[in-house]
Amino acid sequence: MILDPRPSVIDERLKKVKRVIAVTGWKGGIGKSVTAAVLALILGKKGHRTGLLDLDFAGASAHVVLGTDGIFPKEEKGLEPPLIAGVRFMSVSFFSKRKAVPLRGANISDAIIELLAITQWGELDFLIIDMPPGINDAALDIIRLIPRTEVLAVTTPSVMAHSVLARSLELYERLKVPTLGVIENMRQGSGKPAGPAGSIRLDPKLEAALGSPEKLLKTAFASDLEKISRAIL
Amino acid sequence: MHEWALAESVVKTAAEHSKNEKLKKLSEVGVVFGELQAIDQEIFSFALKELVKNNDKISACKFKVINEPAAFKCKVCGKEFSLKSLKKTDVEAEYIHFIPEMAHTFLKCPKCASPDFEITAGRGVYIKYLKGLQ
Repeated sequence: MILDPRPSVIDERLKKVKRVIAVTGWKGGIGKSVTAAVLALILGKKGHRTGLLDLDFAGASAHVVLGTDGIFPKEEKGLEPPLIAGVRFMSVSFFSKRKAVPLRGANISDAIIELLAITQWGELDFLIIDMPPGINDAALDIIRLIPRTEVLAVTTPSVMAHSVLARSLELYERLKVPTLGVIENMRQGSGKPAGPAGSIRLDPKLEAALGSPEKLLKTAFASDLEKISRAIL
Repeated sequence: MHEWALAESVVKTAAEHSKNEKLKKLSEVGVVFGELQAIDQEIFSFALKELVKNNDKISACKFKVINEPAAFKCKVCGKEFSLKSLKKTDVEAEYIHFIPEMAHTFLKCPKCASPDFEITAGRGVYIKYLKGLQ
């Protein structure tokens, strides 16, 4: 017999978390991590108890968005995510010394289960999950382990991004995963937004604000995302 | 002290199993400690004792620890190797202690240096058997 005890405590770890929102998208480089991290900062600033979990093991970057150098979770009957600018943050980057994390599918599942089993989130209004691109092991694990997860999708005006988006939304519908909306990121020019939840303008000043939560909250990107969050959350 | 969180999962799973199997009392649980995760047995055992105190069905249960050596097999060259043959710093060992999959970040096959290996045994904590009275 091999009985994995870890999944049994995942509900316990998340029982005081009111809503779990997975920020996802099906192409790389479309702004998922920035959207997830800035959304968490916006919610935290509004006074909501907010957590951010980076599950993009291969391309973890939420720590770069937030600027978390020299910080490590506190051990307290598990791991307590450190508070960064009002947001409780957990990421594989804490354990990788900023090195690559070359994991196959089964290893990714094991690492996700481990992280969910040992992280003590406490009371939260929102847990935002920064997902890897696509519907893969991480996405399927989250749907299985946290079935109440709501999906917030990010896309760009690219025809390729929209093509993948349509197929993926259909799959989420079939899997009965609630979708909060689709945000169209990096929009240029005017016109009707292609994402039903709204669009975020391409913000040339965003890059310079990365690593500083204070600067990020002052960007046009954050302003557009704040309007969208008011409409959908 | 993250051993506490894992001990909690062992106790919860044992209690759930006891209920599912309609056991009146759970008498023994075999808990495997994989060498790679390097669980502190003293802290884990203390946590188990504290956690079972308020559960009549498992309060008298013995938790037998079974140590399992870590074993690896390289997916590139097929080399099989043990943890003793690998070098790691104390900090790297600590990160592997929290998330054993970090082995793929810090360790490599001693023959071909690939991080693409399988952990064939001794990864972390699991339950090997449960005994009880019906």
